[in-house]
Formats: sequence, C-alpha cells, structure tokens
Amino acid sequence: MDEFGPYDPAVDYTSEPAIKELRPGAREATNWKPLNMTRRNFLRGVVCSGIVIAGAGYVFSHPTKARADTRAVDRLVSLTVNGRKRQVDAPPNETLAYTLRYRLGLTGTKIGCNRAECGACTVMADGVSIYSCSTLTHRLRGKEIVTIEGVAAPDGTLHPVQQAFIDEIGPQCGFCTPGQVVAAVALLNKNANPTVDEARLAMSGNLCRCGAYDHYLRGVMKAAGRA
Amino acid sequence: MSDVMHDFELYQPASMADALELLDDHGKNAWIVAGGKDSLDWFKDRVMTPPVLVDISGIAELQGIREEADGGLWLGAMTTLTEIAESDLVTAKFPALAEAAGRVASPQIRNVGTLGGNLAQDTRCFYYRDGFPCYRAGGNTCYANTPTAMNREHTLFEASRCVAVTPSDTAPAAVALEAEMVIRNEDGERTVKAEDFFVSPDIDITRMTVLEPGDILIGVRLPGKWAGSSQYFEKVADRNVWDFALVNVAMAAKLEGGRISDARIACGAVQCTPRRLTDVEDLIKGETPDEELETLVARVASSGAKPLNYNHFKVPLMANLAKRAVRSLA
Repeated sequence: MDEFGPYDPAVDYTSEPAIKELRPGAREATNWKPLNMTRRNFLRGVVCSGIVIAGAGYVFSHPTKARADTRAVDRLVSLTVNGRKRQVDAPPNETLAYTLRYRLGLTGTKIGCNRAECGACTVMADGVSIYSCSTLTHRLRGKEIVTIEGVAAPDGTLHPVQQAFIDEIGPQCGFCTPGQVVAAVALLNKNANPTVDEARLAMSGNLCRCGAYDHYLRGVMKAAGRA
Repeated sequence: MSDVMHDFELYQPASMADALELLDDHGKNAWIVAGGKDSLDWFKDRVMTPPVLVDISGIAELQGIREEADGGLWLGAMTTLTEIAESDLVTAKFPALAEAAGRVASPQIRNVGTLGGNLAQDTRCFYYRDGFPCYRAGGNTCYANTPTAMNREHTLFEASRCVAVTPSDTAPAAVALEAEMVIRNEDGERTVKAEDFFVSPDIDITRMTVLEPGDILIGVRLPGKWAGSSQYFEKVADRNVWDFALVNVAMAAKLEGGRISDARIACGAVQCTPRRLTDVEDLIKGETPDEELETLVARVASSGAKPLNYNHFKVPLMANLAKRAVRSLA
C-alpha cells in the first residue's frame, strides 16, 4: 500500500506506527501504567516536590567555583523614583523610560526618538541628567531618580524653571517640555548661576521641533535668578 | 512598542575578577556594556543580538582619574566623558583630551558615556549599522563605495575594501598624547600604545580595535611627556551636538624659544584609525609657527587623500584644521 495515498476509511491507520521505529522495542518503554493516584499519594507528591524546589536554591546557588555576584540579574528591581521606593518587575532588556511610563504610570517622561537623540525622555539619576530611553532599568538600582513629576514641590508649587518656562512661553506643542525642564533643573542644581553659554550647552541635548530654543533659554536664565 | 530589545541575560559584576570570569565563561556570546549608549542602539535595531550582557560600569576599579608618578594621568575606562571634560587635572595637563571628551555627542550622553566606550566604539558607517552584509559584517562587498552610495562621512586614506572611519573624538587626542591603553583578560594584563590599539581593515576588517573576546580595556595611561604642553583640539560636525565628526584634529606640541621642538598631531574621521599626520610633524619641528608655516602645513596635511564620490570636502577641511592647530601655537 502506498503510504501517502488517499485516505481509505477501510484501513486502520492506528494499528501500525506511522513513523518507523528507530529502535525495536523502544515503544514498550513508553507504555505508561496509570498512577495509583490516591488523595494521600497526591499530597505526598506535592509536599516532596516543594521540598525539592526549595532545596534546589541552596544546592545549585553555589557552583563549585567561588564567585560573589556573577549571577544574572533578577527581574525584580527596587528603584527610588521621586523620593519613593518602588518595586518593579522588569526584564533585563527594559529601558527606564518604558518602566517609568508603562509600569509606574509616570507618563510625563516622553519617548521621542528612543535613540538617545532627542532628549524628550530626560530624567535625573543622582542629580545627573540622562536619557531614560537608552538606559537599562537595572542600571538604576540604588540611584535616586527624579522625573518631571518630582520637579514641582509636593504642595503643587511649580519649580522656578517650570514657572519661568510658562512666563517665557517656552513650550509650543509641549512634547519636549518635560525633558527641557529636567535638563534645566539638573543644570541649576549643579550651577545656580550659569552664563548664557553654559545654559545653552546644558540644554543642547534636548531637541525642540517647534524651534522654541530661545524661549527655553530665556526661561533658564530667568529661573537662574530665582532658583 | 517598537524598538524592543531582544532577550538577554544581564550580569552586573562588581569586581574585575568576576567580570573576567563571566567573559571567559561566555566567550563570544558576551557583550560588554559600559555606558550602553551605542550598545542599546545595536540591540534595538536587532543588528546585534548577543545573548549575554556584562555591564562593567559598576566596577569601582575602572573608575576615576589619578595622578601618576611621572606627572601623567591614569584614567579609568569607566570614567564618564563629563567627568573627564570637567576634571581640573585633565583640563590642566591634557586640555586636548578634556576638550575632545566635552565635544562628544550631547550632555546627557556624556553623563553616561565612558572614555573606554568612546575609544573602543564601532564605526558609524550607516550601511554597516543598518545590518547590510558588508565586508565588515563578514560579507563580500562594500555598500558605501559604489557609484550611487552616500559616502560623505567616509574615508580619505588607506581604505582596504571597507571605507568606514573611526568616529571617536577622544581617539585622535589619545594618539596625539601618546596614550597607552591597558587591557586585561583572564591571562593577565597588557599595555598597547594608542596607535596600535586601533586596527585598520587590511589587518582585520571585522573590528576597530585590538580588543578580543574576553578582553576588558581597564584604563588609559597618559604619560607625563605631554602634560602641560601646548595642545589643540577641534571637531567639525554637521551639528554641534550629537553628530559624529566629519573631521577632527588633536595636537600636542612643545615650544622652546619660540620654535616648535616637538609635536604630535592626529586627525580622526578621515581613516579607519586615527591618522597621525607625520608629514606635518616633520615639517613643523624646529620651525617658528607663522603664516608661512601654516600655508605649508595646509599643503601637506591632507596630501595623498583619495576621496570617494561625496567626501571631497573633507580634503580642504582636514588641511584647514591642521592649519588652525598650528596657528594656535603662534
């Protein structure tokens, strides 16, 4: 009979194995006997497997070579965002911008280019401005992150930079504004009285497609008087 | 969401011993991340998808700037570019390097980007970056050197199949200052001169530096020889921020009684490796920097250049930058 011929209802296809056995007698080994599954045996199994899983951590966590911290990072990471400790379950390949926006709900941080080329995602880590779109979340462990949400005072009073940007009509479409504010705050925290050139340099990592650079720059200089 | 990186295992060793062991364990599967600014773009584009990442930024040994006994400096490979640009020690002794570090990319990138990463970075040829199977990617053709290719950012000198250039701003400064790169692997430590650190395509077309899997660039030693000498750095790029150099120049020179007693000058972005302008060096040694010398420098600086279709502008640009470097001595 042609093995690949049309289906013939008269033939019992199940009686012979469709695939030729590589090793005669191998099929016998796979003949499962039904387990004697009583309630007691089931519970026994659950308890034993629990012990095995718990024990494995101790057994396998210490490979033969002594090494302190050469294990891959866990998903869980503890971040300090705007003064609050936040536990986040983030895979190692997640960026800080993604974590802030989609796990912590801090959508003030924008993702513009996602390539460290526009500055919309600028946040502060330990007071230093960084592009959160191009920083792995797991690198921020133990660092103080400040996003645009943490710039204003807790009672809602705007930061001098925010107020100055409003006064100088900094934002047009506003998409780059959170990044511009954070970059300006980072500058003024470090250098409370910058020259125009210093301010321009510090703000140079933030693109504004509306071209309101001079407005922002005036805002920074205005805030510098008050910050 | 777009641009999601592939899955990888992330290791964050706190000591060199752990890092070297990890690299040894994972061999070619391991990718070293320093600042991560270049790495993450590779991953987001899915052109490079290494299964293991070793983040060496947390290793304290690789951080910091300290003075050496000979008056030179030791710069840890994980020292950020901002730290170098703003360091009083570097600014006082090696202003060319401080200036170069301060001209890389943008402030936010310099806050995270490291000296080691900037020196060891891969080329920016966009055909290569976009994942074209070119010579450098292990293929059998160059997409940047064809009659219709866009190659205004590519080489002037010593192209060998590949026409990509070194994109680094700190690299020509390191060459001009006779820096020594200190590299460590499981077998030990070795020191490589900056000029030998960068690899041209006729030696190995698939990499830019002598670093091999398992190697970590741990730091850069700047010898005291050029500390406090007359130095110059200038970078010309399409935009003042973010963009890589079209041509950059770094120079260190010593003057004695108004004459140039010794000088080293190097250009970046004109060749696969930083190009030392030995003709210019020979020309200006023993001379008084003046207008006549500048004219001669401009004449020899870019001689022998073989421009491609769209990068002829780099020839006078390079000549003028060399001229301006020498003018700074006057």
